[in-house]
Amino acid sequence: MTYKLGTLAVAGLMAASPVMADLVFPSLSYRTGPYAAGGIPFADGYADYFTMLNERDGGIGGVKTSVPECETAYNTEKGVECYESLKDSGGLVYQPLSTGITYQLIPKTTADDIPMHTMGYGRTSAANGAVFTHTFNYPANYWNGASGAINYLLAENGGDLNGKKISLVYHNSAYGKEPIRTLQELSKKHGFEFTEVPVDHPGQEQKSQWLQIRRDKPDYVIMYGWGVMNQVAVQEAANIRFPMENFIGIWWSGSENDVLAAGAAADGYKALTFHGVGSDFPVFDDIQTYVVDKGLAAGAGDQIGTVLYNRGLYAAMLAAEAAKTAQEIHGTADITPAMMRDGMEALKITEEKMTELGLPNFGPTFDVSCSNHGGTGLVGVTQWDATAKEWKLISDFAPTDMDVIGPLIEEDSAAYAAENNIEPSCG
Amino acid sequence: MFYREAGDFRTTYAEDQQTFPIKFDRYRYYLVLFIAICVIPFVINDYWANSLLLPFLIYAIAAIGLNILVGYCGQVSLGTGGFMAVGAYACYKLMTAMPDVSMFIHVLLAGAITAAVGVLFGLPSLRIKGFYLAVATLAAQFFLVWLFNRFPWFYNYSASGQINAPERDVFGIVITGPNAEAWATYAFCLIFTIVSAIVARNLTRGSVGRKWMAIRDMDIAAEIIGVNPLRAKLTAFAVSSFFIGVSGALFFSIYLGAVEVGEAFGIQKSFLVLFMIIIGGLGSIFGSFAGAAFLVLLPVLLKVVGVDWLGWPTDIVAHLQLVIVGALIVLFLVAEPHGIAQLWRVAKEKLRLWPFPH
Repeated sequence: MTYKLGTLAVAGLMAASPVMADLVFPSLSYRTGPYAAGGIPFADGYADYFTMLNERDGGIGGVKTSVPECETAYNTEKGVECYESLKDSGGLVYQPLSTGITYQLIPKTTADDIPMHTMGYGRTSAANGAVFTHTFNYPANYWNGASGAINYLLAENGGDLNGKKISLVYHNSAYGKEPIRTLQELSKKHGFEFTEVPVDHPGQEQKSQWLQIRRDKPDYVIMYGWGVMNQVAVQEAANIRFPMENFIGIWWSGSENDVLAAGAAADGYKALTFHGVGSDFPVFDDIQTYVVDKGLAAGAGDQIGTVLYNRGLYAAMLAAEAAKTAQEIHGTADITPAMMRDGMEALKITEEKMTELGLPNFGPTFDVSCSNHGGTGLVGVTQWDATAKEWKLISDFAPTDMDVIGPLIEEDSAAYAAENNIEPSCG
Repeated sequence: MFYREAGDFRTTYAEDQQTFPIKFDRYRYYLVLFIAICVIPFVINDYWANSLLLPFLIYAIAAIGLNILVGYCGQVSLGTGGFMAVGAYACYKLMTAMPDVSMFIHVLLAGAITAAVGVLFGLPSLRIKGFYLAVATLAAQFFLVWLFNRFPWFYNYSASGQINAPERDVFGIVITGPNAEAWATYAFCLIFTIVSAIVARNLTRGSVGRKWMAIRDMDIAAEIIGVNPLRAKLTAFAVSSFFIGVSGALFFSIYLGAVEVGEAFGIQKSFLVLFMIIIGGLGSIFGSFAGAAFLVLLPVLLKVVGVDWLGWPTDIVAHLQLVIVGALIVLFLVAEPHGIAQLWRVAKEKLRLWPFPH
């Protein structure tokens, strides 16, 4: 008992050392654990962009940024610990990169008046800002992803999926289950046959699932996977000779890590995306000059230009732009998390802005508003070229079926509002 | 010097049989209780509550529960995660079905439901022993996690399969959900932890506990001297599962607030709690606390030292954490196979004789 109290006293003393006066963008990263392969590039991209802003522009609006990292290992308990320990540092916006941690933080961040950005993950119905005041999931969410995949298949089949069979291979967790409802609705609308194939965490063993797919012979397979599950799935698909061009992953199943292991067999595998791929953008020259050449790159510095690095960079860019917007709205450079929230809600991403930032045509253009925290939901498709070892954007960012997604968002957010006694309002 | 019995006279049987017969020990115990009840609630903040104290208190209840089964009754169980999930889901269903009932009742009912499930999975223990029983409880672990994932009724048909704790109060004080004050959640868990520890202590030194220990030491001999193995084993499973269910309910409703069964109550949770009691000390209530403290607080301490003080990269600290905690576990078990509780006992014995060890 005495031993316990001693430990507590020491831990408590050390927890109270916040760095003030910077614009703090906490990074709840995971560089260890079963999902590290995805967590590392994202965290590197996120940190590098802010380092570049500090070195090139002296921060945002003249105030330096800092990116304290906290290791979650994709574990919700550690995520809570990280959130609490970084809360006092004045973090402006949280990006947990984990659907499980997101669910935990939605009520917490709302109560603490801190915004959270869950870009392309988390609770999809958070797009309804009237209910989820502090959660943002622009520019695209899981349901846009599901609909984007179906739209792409519709285009491939001349607008008719009647009688086709589509299977969903998904991570059996909150994340993987998200698209099921949307796909069920879409299957009713377009008349395709939909089957679900769950894969349990962490997904190293998928023999039985792919045996089932071999037996069912679906025309297309959509995958919602993460971490090692992706590699295994691509390999298993290759083993049963499933045609790779009929296999489409969500954006979390579309990085280099997922396809390199399968070698040439992965050629033609497709994945959705909501941002550009490759390092052929002017901003990467600045990253090279101001970050890499100065030896300031985060992590090992070997991830630049990979899909998930770009996604981290994109998330950082959106956060920095929201901070700029907040500075303009409130007329002060030292913004608080509450001001940051207003900035995020007033964020406008235009083509000129992206070009000016050195990211021309990197992502979709969108406006955020109180009633719409989800952006426009434009989704593109990329394809893996195993010989060149690179992803190529094969379909431009296209709109998704909001007629189906809109009512689902309404329904799910209304359920959340009723459960938690929230009065939806956009005042 | 310390722990001296000289001059510490006991004149009644009750005094002779109290938990802390030595005065110094007893005062230390009162002091810890005083600090826990009268000091910490007034100085606590969100970080302390959510990062350190709540997980420590909740894991301590789980460790006490598992210790009754493994440490006192000798029935190895790997189903702790599954039983915690039963507690959590029972609590969720009760909370959402009866919003006006006090959380105290919900948590206790969740414990009772888990006890029933525990007895069900304890039935095979009458026929199978040792490692084989471990495998049978492992089946419970996987079955229960699968069950809560498979049937949407358990998570009220939510789209993602997550369960979220709605806001509930006790006597008008909010204790679940994001608006709960740190002191309220802490106090709620503390009450359960203290009561659990006192109940467990008194069960284990009474006739029920002696029967469990007889079964643990040699079940055939126990049966010959008149211990009914059916009753002894099943009561152990029931009581153990009750505590584990309570801890699961608190883990979900007070501590995390949102839970996904595979991630929060997977096989790792079963091992974590098992490690706690092995490191803390099998067959010791203090050991349950020590083990929980060791495995909950040490990683946080290492993180704070590595990242906040020394400024090392987070991934290196996370890896070092695993290495150091692992090495310490091995070291502890080599130095003292009976766990921290035994170390504590030896230390007390030495202090009693100090400074004249002969």
